[in-house]
Amino acid sequence: MNKIFETPLYPYARSADQDVAEPVRHKAVVVGAGPIGLGAAIDLAQQGIEVVVVDDNDKVSWGSRAICFAKRPLEILDRLGCGHPMVDKGVVWNQGKVFFDTRQVYDFNLLPEDGHEFPAFINLQQYYFEEYLLNRLRELETEGASIELRGNNKVLKVEDKGDHTTVLIDTPEGPYTVEADWLIACDGAASPIRSMLGLDFVGRIFEDNFLIADVIMEAEFPTERWFWFDPPFNKGQSALLHKQPDGVWRIDLQLGWDIDKEEEKKPENVIPRLKAMLGDDVKFDLEWVSIYTFQCRRMEKFRHNRVIFAGDAAHQVSPFGARGANSGLQDTDNLIWKLKLVIDGLAPESLLDSYDVERVHGADENILNSSRSTDFITPKSDISRGFRDAVLDLSEHYEFARPLVNSGRLSVPCTYDGSALNTPDALPGGPERSRPGSSCSDAPLDEGYLLQRLGNDFTLMAINTDAPAELEESGIKVGSLSLYSEALDPALAERYLGEAQSAVYLIRPDQHVAARWEKFDEAATRAAIRRAIGKE
Amino acid sequence: MSLTLTPNIANADDFYAELLAIHEGRSKAESDALNARLILILANHIGDRAVLREALAAASQVANEET
Repeated sequence: MNKIFETPLYPYARSADQDVAEPVRHKAVVVGAGPIGLGAAIDLAQQGIEVVVVDDNDKVSWGSRAICFAKRPLEILDRLGCGHPMVDKGVVWNQGKVFFDTRQVYDFNLLPEDGHEFPAFINLQQYYFEEYLLNRLRELETEGASIELRGNNKVLKVEDKGDHTTVLIDTPEGPYTVEADWLIACDGAASPIRSMLGLDFVGRIFEDNFLIADVIMEAEFPTERWFWFDPPFNKGQSALLHKQPDGVWRIDLQLGWDIDKEEEKKPENVIPRLKAMLGDDVKFDLEWVSIYTFQCRRMEKFRHNRVIFAGDAAHQVSPFGARGANSGLQDTDNLIWKLKLVIDGLAPESLLDSYDVERVHGADENILNSSRSTDFITPKSDISRGFRDAVLDLSEHYEFARPLVNSGRLSVPCTYDGSALNTPDALPGGPERSRPGSSCSDAPLDEGYLLQRLGNDFTLMAINTDAPAELEESGIKVGSLSLYSEALDPALAERYLGEAQSAVYLIRPDQHVAARWEKFDEAATRAAIRRAIGKE
Repeated sequence: MSLTLTPNIANADDFYAELLAIHEGRSKAESDALNARLILILANHIGDRAVLREALAAASQVANEET
């Protein structure tokens, strides 16, 4: 077999850290080389922070797992230098169909907005996603960045030492210890680090099992998301069919609670289920089968002194809506620039508490949405099922019921309304979507796209007005981007000016809006920068 | 606008008879489904979330008093 996910891509190699008497101190240690851990490490390396990534494995994700990646994470990945390989390989989709029993009740088009570099969604197997992140990590390594990935390094113990954390790591050649100024735990929903620190992870368990199968077939199905409620081939349950690259199709079948997982996973039981769905004459091969249950929960706090949790380790949602990996990347997008400023002594350590506030807000939004989808897809009472079926029956005949059909509310970027880092909106008539706290929408420029020009540092974006080309406040260098109406794409005006004649935006290194005004005002800008780094 | 809780249907007896008539000859399950569809259609017609919240509360209030 030569599947990418069966190949050790970062096999164990002895590190010099294992041959020293005193533990080596690292600036940052990331635990877990999944999508979030790799994203965090790349971001750190790009910011010039020395980082070691440890993982108890040496391969990319086993099976496709997370397959649906939204625009915002793709934009984040582009800032990390690997957005385009994902899109080039991924399957772009906009269409979907919803079936109830034997009938198609309606179809939809996501109608993505024009003027964005990245599509609304792509489907891509998690193993490719991780492979492209690994490629980027290797590229940074080659360029001389201080980034190191250690395979088959399993964390056994972590200890909070106040101004650092000690990490005991097991390897095929025995254990060793390192010290970390900052430890970022991206070790997944079952996070061993969370358990080692005895931290809570409370929420709601959904009593249901889903069979997921990756099927390789030459099929005539279109590039659409098909969702079935109560189909004849899976009576009383739900089903999902979604296309991935390489002729691989993802099939999710709800199985209910009271099942024998090991039995259900056997090919002799899986294949008849798939034949019932696909028809007897469709030839297919099984690439990967798994059964999952899920929970909607989060840690009370994501930051515990110098151990910071991100991704599934910090919060878990049901898969409906693709809010898992997509939100995890928004976590590290939010965290790393703050950590950089704290490490450089430019911001107070308390800036990291805003990571907690902003990303807990994001997690709550995701948990709310995915819990509601789950309640619709798998009703837990007769009355809940009654209303669900009524919505589906009505949706076939009346348009009004279609927005009530909930087969997953797809991931959209979180707006950090109410964050202490925001300066109150001072752009009268400015569009709601670009208010302080929101992530910048992309828009076409004369050359390229807006988001290519934003991020990694603070930027002052001036539209139809002047702002200084350079500004330094509290040791922070703020770049500038000046855009005038003769070169303005209507999409840019619509997304950033609205009713206003001109605008100045202060944009954070994670491409979120910190403040906006009609004209440049030096005192106000300086105050907004201080506020955005936790100094006011 | 707020929720109307005073008589508002002309020829109320006729309406009531029509409401019962659509349930005639249906099983309990069919009638339950029909009621659910009816609630959703009426709710969409009202649309105003504040009025809907008042309606949900008014209906719940009576149930709470009964138990």
